[in-house]
Amino acid sequence: MKATVFSLFTLCLMVQSIMIGQTKDMVLIEGSRYIPLYGRDSTVVEVKDFKMDIYPVTTAEYIQFVETHPKWRKSKVISLFADKSYLADWKMDLKIRDSISEKNPITYVSWFAAKAYCECQGKRLPTVDEWEYVAMADETTKDARVKPDYNQQILAWYEAPRTKENKVGQTKKNAWGVYDLHGLVWEWTLDFNSVLITGESRKDVDKDSNLFCGSAAVNATDLMNYAAFMRYAIRGSLKAKYSMKNLGFRCVQDLKEQR
Amino acid sequence: MKHLKIILSTFVLLVSLTACNSNTSKHTTADLAFFQCPMQCEGNKTYSKEGSCPICKMDLKQLEGTSKTIETDDISEASIFNLTSKWHTEEGNEILLKDLKGKTLVVVMIYTSCKAACPRLVADMRNIEAKIPAKNINNVQFALVSIDPETDTPQRLKAFAIENEMDGAQWTFLQGTESGVREFANVLSVKYKEISPIDFSHSNIISVFNAKGELQYQQEGLGVENKDTIETILQLSH
Repeated sequence: MKATVFSLFTLCLMVQSIMIGQTKDMVLIEGSRYIPLYGRDSTVVEVKDFKMDIYPVTTAEYIQFVETHPKWRKSKVISLFADKSYLADWKMDLKIRDSISEKNPITYVSWFAAKAYCECQGKRLPTVDEWEYVAMADETTKDARVKPDYNQQILAWYEAPRTKENKVGQTKKNAWGVYDLHGLVWEWTLDFNSVLITGESRKDVDKDSNLFCGSAAVNATDLMNYAAFMRYAIRGSLKAKYSMKNLGFRCVQDLKEQR
Repeated sequence: MKHLKIILSTFVLLVSLTACNSNTSKHTTADLAFFQCPMQCEGNKTYSKEGSCPICKMDLKQLEGTSKTIETDDISEASIFNLTSKWHTEEGNEILLKDLKGKTLVVVMIYTSCKAACPRLVADMRNIEAKIPAKNINNVQFALVSIDPETDTPQRLKAFAIENEMDGAQWTFLQGTESGVREFANVLSVKYKEISPIDFSHSNIISVFNAKGELQYQQEGLGVENKDTIETILQLSH
């Protein structure tokens, strides 16, 4: 009898630890249909249910990753996957500068590195549509885009300098339970290379209909959403091997098939 | 007690299943590399393994170039052959990009159901190919990579190749996985987006790689002069 009780108890502990291990620091995002700034032809996109990290990946977590994955260390990473500024504020392969904290969001990482990090955890980067879907929430509403304060607050962050030196989790939790989508760092998305506002938003004024096939079909739906417009513009100017000072990432996970 | 054993083994199994397994290739370059203390505490002494300097305790740094000069035949850091994604050709063979090594590689990303720019892009590729003299053509591989891997199966790509008279040995059509295509597009800085189930918008870029898979030239836009592209190919494939 004692043995049974004991084994049941162990079972509970283990199940619990596994559950926590998988869902720790992630929340369920219930999918829906919505109209993003740049969508498909029908303008409405559908987001399926998924789980999202509630915080961006921290420097401490990234140190652990490069410890076990030497090919992503500062001295080992190949130039195809990251430019020269990869982990620019690290002293050495496994050491950060004293001026930054392990609780800072990791930045100076390329898209390839971010993708590898998430895949290694059995997760992936969020798509633009997923990221924008969660990011339209404020503290109380899941779609706060109509509220004037929503845009103002985000734009106020875009003006605030050096927010990347803040620790993760210090902004207000949004209605989904996710922190720091606005107010800390920009974040990589899986298909950041997908929106064709223009050839390259830094270079071109008009959309270049020769460079892009079908670009006339992609048009902004809400030109008042200036903050979102800036995010799309920044994504459009990125290349996958860029590592930037204020660009980090977080991961998401698909839900297991319905049992 | 028996229960406990079962529970324990399930647990171990679960842990091993969820453990990270993307670490297979980490030794390929490290094996041939040399490491040295960045402060050179011991002069020019080198180590074959990474670690820390016995004197100043700083992490040893890999000496630049050491691994590259030894592996003369191997691929460089900037080579697209570092990508490990798997592809299917129009003939139904499974290949890695590495298998295209040794020839000048000319790449374009298209999808076969495209009605707008792709026919012109394909025409550009054919025009370029036509300008390459016979003595060079054996050293050039033209690859058309589908951005719509779901629709563009090897069979469909093969039909497209025949229809467009691009079925010679110098032409290859590639079907990848969604994430493999996304990654490859990022290497080429090609942007694309599915606009509707049958339509994508995408950049019109033709890229030229040398035999080692290093990007040499990119031609952007439609109907632009192919002159520079052709010249690059001729230089690389003579």
